Amino acid sequence: MNAFLSVRDLSVRFSTEDGTVRAVDGLSFTLERGRTLGIVGESGSGKSVTNLAVLGLHDPRTTEIRGEILLDGQEMTGAPESVLEKLRGNKAAMIFQDSLTALSPYYTVGRQIAEPYRKHTGASRREARLRAVEMLRRVGIPQPELRVDDYPHQFSGGMRQRAMIAMALVCDPELLIADEPTTALDVTVQAQILDLLGELQQETGAAIILITHDLGVVAGTVDDLLVMYAGRAVEQGPVREVLRAPRHPYTWGLLGSMPRLAASVDEPLTPIPGTPPSLLAPPPGCPFHPRCGYVSEVGGDRCRTERPGLPPGRGAACHLSEERQRSVFAEQIRPRLG
Amino acid sequence: MDDTSPRGGEPLLVAEKLTKHFPVRGGFPIKRTVGAVQAVDGIDLTVRAGESFGLVGESGCGKSTTGRLLTRLLEPSAGRILYRGEDITRASRKELAPVRSEIQMIFQDPYASLNPRHTVGKIISGPMEIHGVTPPGGREGRVRELLETVGLNPEHYNRFPHEFSGGQRQRIGVARALALEPKVVVADEPVSALDVSIQAQVVNLLQRLQRELGIAFLFIAHDLAVVRHVSHRVAVMYLGRIVEVGTRDDIYGRPRHPYTHALLSAVPVLGDWASPRERIRLTGDVPSPIAPPSGCRFRTRCWKARDRCAAEAPPLVRAPDSAEGHLSACHFPEPPTTAAAPAAR
Repeated sequence: MNAFLSVRDLSVRFSTEDGTVRAVDGLSFTLERGRTLGIVGESGSGKSVTNLAVLGLHDPRTTEIRGEILLDGQEMTGAPESVLEKLRGNKAAMIFQDSLTALSPYYTVGRQIAEPYRKHTGASRREARLRAVEMLRRVGIPQPELRVDDYPHQFSGGMRQRAMIAMALVCDPELLIADEPTTALDVTVQAQILDLLGELQQETGAAIILITHDLGVVAGTVDDLLVMYAGRAVEQGPVREVLRAPRHPYTWGLLGSMPRLAASVDEPLTPIPGTPPSLLAPPPGCPFHPRCGYVSEVGGDRCRTERPGLPPGRGAACHLSEERQRSVFAEQIRPRLG
Repeated sequence: MDDTSPRGGEPLLVAEKLTKHFPVRGGFPIKRTVGAVQAVDGIDLTVRAGESFGLVGESGCGKSTTGRLLTRLLEPSAGRILYRGEDITRASRKELAPVRSEIQMIFQDPYASLNPRHTVGKIISGPMEIHGVTPPGGREGRVRELLETVGLNPEHYNRFPHEFSGGQRQRIGVARALALEPKVVVADEPVSALDVSIQAQVVNLLQRLQRELGIAFLFIAHDLAVVRHVSHRVAVMYLGRIVEVGTRDDIYGRPRHPYTHALLSAVPVLGDWASPRERIRLTGDVPSPIAPPSGCRFRTRCWKARDRCAAEAPPLVRAPDSAEGHLSACHFPEPPTTAAAPAAR
């Protein structure tokens, strides 16, 4: 049986004035209903580009998409716009990071929630309005009958984010993509929103992709984790296993860079040296090798010439042997994390 | 930033009952003042020589306004600012000039805070030009030295900001702040625009500079873990007021104010499953600073609020069982532990 969402060997390239940007290169993953996949990476790692591709939101004139994206059996790459339109907002929906730019300032919140519902179900204006009120209530907006007629600027940041979630969920999508849904929010509100997403998933059984740069956010919310670097997946597995015993040097670098409340303050942070590569000319071999401290250990030119594969299920795209990955983490990395 | 004992340094930068109210204008046909955003409302704080002082709070709590008041980029509505015991609250531009060279600022956005038309050399030598300072080796020599100090290539003297990455730009901002050998640096969210791996590089740089040059830092940030990592003492702000202040260990290990407890428990933590914590879930949003709640400003979101909290604003004082210098503003302080109160949901 096929997975609910299956992405295989996806590559996304943009042509720009300066050349071709290889935003995503050979990415594969699967996601089942009722599960949450976390995609972690820094800016430019390709995490958002991947998910825009899943919804067919890239401009076909400047974007070249290869590979396979199967959403419940429907091929999304190269699908005609008419097919995509029926799916977007209905079967699959997206929550964006910045609610102030994602909501239109000219229409009331209620109208923006009702619009996709009317479009996809053919409901009347009245029914759609009732549905919008119900959605606002479900996402925890007080006095939804009144707030439905407010404009986005009358909502606070946390409430706007809730309204956006209401808009994404109005047609009961089976796939929900949340792109940095809490990055613009304060910690106390972030906790509210993450709880809300979890509760709504319990109710609807939707599959969720949570894109974030914050390993702390994924720790308590997702089932599986995919770590991306320079357009490629470098590590994947169940979230507990990845965070408890990460295997890729980049994941180690991310953990060492994060100040944590439980860590010793006497231990300095261990940043990853250098900066992420340009995607116009990504380095050959392993994309992380210019910043990696274990290139010499692998020996020869392997890291510079040979691209490491990512084992399916649990594993890391690294030339270090699995045994060595475990022992390096246990002996060198783990003690530094405090 | 290695020990948490209060530094013996003299008080360098002091705020006394510092207040900033931004007028809200409205009405027709003649606009007049109809209210005020109480961005900062009577705060006291002291940054001592050589220490790193963290100021944390959520957006809109007034932490950035505080930073701008202390550097005199904004005029306070009331209260006093003392630099080395000297009142600089109403000092004129001329009187301020020598003080300004000793108090510098690092900004959040490394893209907006550097002039795109100026070379790195011109940007970093800007403060020296303004203050008419010519160091022994000449301005260019000093700039090259500074570039090296912050970990950039001195050969990049003639490059423009767009040729650098975000982390490198922030280093340029740091070099500019160091150009006049300041005594205090006010850093307003200096790493929050950067990716995690780059953020750690800049945090380490700031820590090294603080240690080696003995500069006092006022580190303003919303990220509790970053503030804990870099600060000797920490103040927590909520809606224009300081609700708790103390050493790093006081605030993170023995917090007394319910808001501090809530903030700390809301931080997502790696390995949460290993020791599931009781989380305090604050409901609702921060009230508007135009019409803040009476009495304690946190009471509308506090699970312990009683009548007294609405009637009487709690003073910032030392709670029973708190260490000296650990002050909190709550009528009903929490027991000094990080474990969330069982009374909370």
